[in-house]
Amino acid sequence: MAKTEREINSGSSAMIDQNLKKVYDDLAGEEVPDRFKDLLAKLKQQDSGAGDSK
Amino acid sequence: MSGSDPREQLVDHLPALRAFAISLTRNGATADDMVQDTIIKAWTNIDKFQAGTNMRAWLFTILRNTYYSNRRKQRREVADVDGVFTAHLSEKPAHDGRLQMTDFNKAFVKLPDEQREALILVGASGFSYEEAADMCGVAVGTIKSRANRGRAKLVEILGLSDDEPMELTDSATMAVVSAGGKSSF
Repeated sequence: MAKTEREINSGSSAMIDQNLKKVYDDLAGEEVPDRFKDLLAKLKQQDSGAGDSK
Repeated sequence: MSGSDPREQLVDHLPALRAFAISLTRNGATADDMVQDTIIKAWTNIDKFQAGTNMRAWLFTILRNTYYSNRRKQRREVADVDGVFTAHLSEKPAHDGRLQMTDFNKAFVKLPDEQREALILVGASGFSYEEAADMCGVAVGTIKSRANRGRAKLVEILGLSDDEPMELTDSATMAVVSAGGKSSF
């Protein structure tokens, strides 16, 4: 019975997930550019500035 | 009458959101544009966020929907990979020395978007298959299949196999990568 998807062994699979986590954690550990915090501050300011009824 | 504005939580998810965006787009400028769009959409549609549900999942969903919708509009399957993905990351090898991160990253960026997305969601961000399926709007089996195909492809590109010790030198990996899929089984 042919397998539709190639099985990979659990060792390789675990190693891949370990590397995926490292890639993701490295990226998530980077400093977030100021532009995003500035954007949030601007959005907040806009909302409080336009204080009329919703 | 909820105590706190959920919009106050947005800032806490920015690092993860940006990591997801870079993983998905593989382009720093595109990733940051996606994050910006997502912040604005989340802010203006905060009433659609259900309190008590996973805000990170909600934000990731907005971002990936924005990305795929742009991709469709541009009718462009080949992304502009600018090296941000490999350049930003530390060069130090994994602690067990089995894989060089740069090799892994070079292999990872070659995967189709959907497989890369599935792997990041379930393999790295800690979402369950069910959550990932929900976020991507597909069946659980589809996410499993994408993740499995992605893992299998990485194993192939990196030249890992069941009966060989998982020891990779840089040159061996580079040879596999530059051979461009001419590997024989």
